[in-house]
Amino acid sequence: MNGAHDLGGMHGFGPVEVEEDEPVFHSLWEKRMFALTLASGFHGKWNIDMSRYAREQMPPAEYLATTYYEHWLFGLQKLLVEQELVTAKELQTGHAEAKESAVRAVPASEVDALLRKRRAARLDENVPPRFRAGEQVVARNINPTGHTRLPRYARDRRGVIERDHGVFIFADTHAMSRDKKPQHCYSVRFTARELWGTDASARDSVFVDLWDDHLDRA
Amino acid sequence: MSNHDHAAEDDHEHDRPLSGPALRVKALESLLTEKGLVDPKALDALIDTYETKVGPRNGARVVARAWADPAYKERLLADASAAIAEFGFFGRQGEDMVVLENTPVLRNVVVCTLCSCYPWPVLGLPPVWYKSAPYRARAVIDPRGVLKELGTEVPDDVEVRVWDSTAELRYLVLPARPAGTEGWSEEQLAAIVTRDAMIGVAELTVSAPEQ
Repeated sequence: MNGAHDLGGMHGFGPVEVEEDEPVFHSLWEKRMFALTLASGFHGKWNIDMSRYAREQMPPAEYLATTYYEHWLFGLQKLLVEQELVTAKELQTGHAEAKESAVRAVPASEVDALLRKRRAARLDENVPPRFRAGEQVVARNINPTGHTRLPRYARDRRGVIERDHGVFIFADTHAMSRDKKPQHCYSVRFTARELWGTDASARDSVFVDLWDDHLDRA
Repeated sequence: MSNHDHAAEDDHEHDRPLSGPALRVKALESLLTEKGLVDPKALDALIDTYETKVGPRNGARVVARAWADPAYKERLLADASAAIAEFGFFGRQGEDMVVLENTPVLRNVVVCTLCSCYPWPVLGLPPVWYKSAPYRARAVIDPRGVLKELGTEVPDDVEVRVWDSTAELRYLVLPARPAGTEGWSEEQLAAIVTRDAMIGVAELTVSAPEQ
């Protein structure tokens, strides 16, 4: 979706402000929000692409006016209700209507193993690549109202396949219908001038990780 | 996204009346606990992992070994996930790693314009500036301007490559080893590697040899 999250290339946000000796979290609620998101995700009722899509659906004005973990709060509440782990009324009142749930809370003893899984998005399926390293491609001009990992600034731009990373879950369909649609994912190199025009440095480039379904032969 | 009000909140916020997101998150935690969906002790374990166990010191060890051991560096550039796993660093948000080597003529910079993708097992959780609108907006269109603002002026004859983490590949920059570190141990080398250098927005220098 063409949401406020798709920030690449925008102007007007001011300087990048680096905080010296920044703590991992800035408040207790940020810590709890981070952990609630991961712990709720352990139930497997949604995938990471659905999580990202949930956060992207925060209204643009609100997204830009709030902090990072407020985006996470918005996203988690949305997923919990959509996937029927809690009801909208329970969220509103803060009290459980029914205590029994079919799922079991992950205990502290299982956290480490769950964080240390080695496979996530990479798949073993034998799908042939549509492109080879060095091949010229053009990113599709798509504007779906659903989730996509093809940023606006790269759409309809010409690039070169830098590297084939192998077969991965396709985020765009995985977020919308849980369809993994296994396909190759590539680093695609776009020159800065192709993306931003002749004022950009002739030497520089931006590499974007895109899937077969984002690309056509140029 | 507004900046954090660093002074206003701390761990003692529960001693004061809560408002805004703090109140809503507390309510959500009680609801999910009451429904048996989360165990507060598991939440503590998750927080502890990323506050005390996983962070940029992990990545610094990887970089130091790559500087000290050419065979390791070769493995790291060929199959970053496997080479990094030699240290026991792997898992969530670092399943498929790619290492980008800086050279005298090439500077790599990592960003996630769409959200906040970041290699957790080697760098921990991302700093606020990495997740902020200014960095996500500008890193791709004006990387030289961002680097200059952060203290690194890139000469015109040096190439800048920006890596937008739009899929599940996670990027770690292998900074150039600073002059004056010849003969240093891996431990000494690791101590000078910064998080920002491994994101690609800072260069490393040493003022005088450490003895």
